[in-house]
Amino acid sequence: MTEQLIQLVYIVAAALFILSLRWLSAPSTARRGVLAGEAGMLLAIAATLFNHQIVAYHWIFIAFAVGAAIGVPLGLVQMTAVPQRTALSHAFGAFAVTLVGTAEFYLDTPDISRFMMLALTMEVILGGLTFTGSLMAAGKLQEVLPQRPITYKGQNVVNLSLLGVAVAVGAYLIFHPGSSYLFPIIILIPLVFGVLMVIPIGGADMPTVISLLNSYAGLSAAMMGFVLDNKLLIVAGALDGSSGFILSVIMCRAMNRSFTNVLFGAFGQVQPPQARTEERITRSASAEDAASILDSAGSVIIVPGYGMAVAQAQHRVRELYDVLTKRGVNVRFAIHPVAGRMPGHMNVLLAEADIPYDKLLDMEEANPEFPQTDVALVIGANDVTNPAARTDRGSPIYGMPILEVDKARTVMVIKRSLSPGFAGVDNDLYYLDKTLMLFGDAKAFVGSIMRELSHGHGA
Amino acid sequence: MTSDMIASLYVFVLAGFIGFEVIRRVSPLLHTPLMSLTNALDAIAVVGAIVIAGQQRGALGTVLGTLAIVASMSNAVGGFLITDRMLRMFKKREPKKP
Repeated sequence: MTEQLIQLVYIVAAALFILSLRWLSAPSTARRGVLAGEAGMLLAIAATLFNHQIVAYHWIFIAFAVGAAIGVPLGLVQMTAVPQRTALSHAFGAFAVTLVGTAEFYLDTPDISRFMMLALTMEVILGGLTFTGSLMAAGKLQEVLPQRPITYKGQNVVNLSLLGVAVAVGAYLIFHPGSSYLFPIIILIPLVFGVLMVIPIGGADMPTVISLLNSYAGLSAAMMGFVLDNKLLIVAGALDGSSGFILSVIMCRAMNRSFTNVLFGAFGQVQPPQARTEERITRSASAEDAASILDSAGSVIIVPGYGMAVAQAQHRVRELYDVLTKRGVNVRFAIHPVAGRMPGHMNVLLAEADIPYDKLLDMEEANPEFPQTDVALVIGANDVTNPAARTDRGSPIYGMPILEVDKARTVMVIKRSLSPGFAGVDNDLYYLDKTLMLFGDAKAFVGSIMRELSHGHGA
Repeated sequence: MTSDMIASLYVFVLAGFIGFEVIRRVSPLLHTPLMSLTNALDAIAVVGAIVIAGQQRGALGTVLGTLAIVASMSNAVGGFLITDRMLRMFKKREPKKP
């Protein structure tokens, strides 16, 4: 196969990749999108095998087999583990890019043009920090590493000067590509920087961090495309990079925070409890009360948070949805953009529990609905329902877009205790007159509501 | 800069804009599958790794290239697999109870 023919196949693959993402925009065409992506990938790999520079195939096919053997179990993880799997795959992607960049450098030094060396430097710096940063993120999500932010004095200064050294060495290499003894520095420093970058970031910020690392992984792949003069790689990397960037912006907006604040702010640190002079009063209710309120409601919006997924309560919640829907109650779900550990995670968990996706409302759809809703049932969500974000200028979460559950006629909150959420602030919602606190484990409590509903309260 | 590099920059900028426009339309409902799909597509780095591993220009290139193929191939296989598994779960109507 000639070089031109390979390039033509690459163009087809690039078009298929764009179509793939285009089709992903709606659930009805999304699976076709996966097929288009797979077709593009297969075509590109097949065409590459005809590249005349390739003289030996045995290692290539062994690597295909090993990679596929690792990939299959990674494709079969549980839905609750998808965030750490995704972080791990960012790490793998960045690892591959860094390795190829390193090989390219040592094969071609010192005959590398400045432009190529610039791209190569960016490729290995971005690749290296994404590799270790993603491993750290995966460790935090898998809870093998501490979730809370680890900070020390002068942390940002140390991190940024470290990165500064790597950039300076990279810049020197652009003009002196023969100084190969310096190359290990621009690999090792980003590897260390990736670890240091994620250490001060808390569990609540993982959706933003994963999206940002996604963007870096894409950019480093695009840089690799520049180095290898491979337009298909540039296209795929640019698509991935812009996707990660858009998702990070959405996540930051949903938490009312800036990039710099997420990266350097060490959000989610335990703050000293504010001294409250007055004792605040809550109303609590039993499963029986909750069941009769739900039974007489015309419309219910359930607000799930990560606590629901931790308690593995989504299947119980689905049963509750079934029973109430059968009795003519209009049950829907309101999902905040940062519910869950990565963008869209909560939707996947609810879809896995067989809840139809047209019942899942995003924040913009849900908020106008709350004033006409009889009952808002909050399960395992906290900060994203706090009305202080709208009203209390002094609150750390002031300005954060929230689900306006306090506008529903009755609010019920299933929660273990009154402890604060990630932001470390008290939730004003719990002290409203219309709010009933249902203290207990999410799974067990929904279970007892179900029992009460099936006894006696026939519709 | 040669015209090749300029062409590459064009491709990069235009693909970035296409990505921005296409991805903006993806509903928040599908943001997790979106991320796992773009991850799988990113595994196209394998085409670079294949050439490095196959051209036999010394042990370093072969070893690094082979490892890079393993890493990106596992991303491609795992990424497409889990994206499809997730998308299969998104159903519109309540399935009939047995």
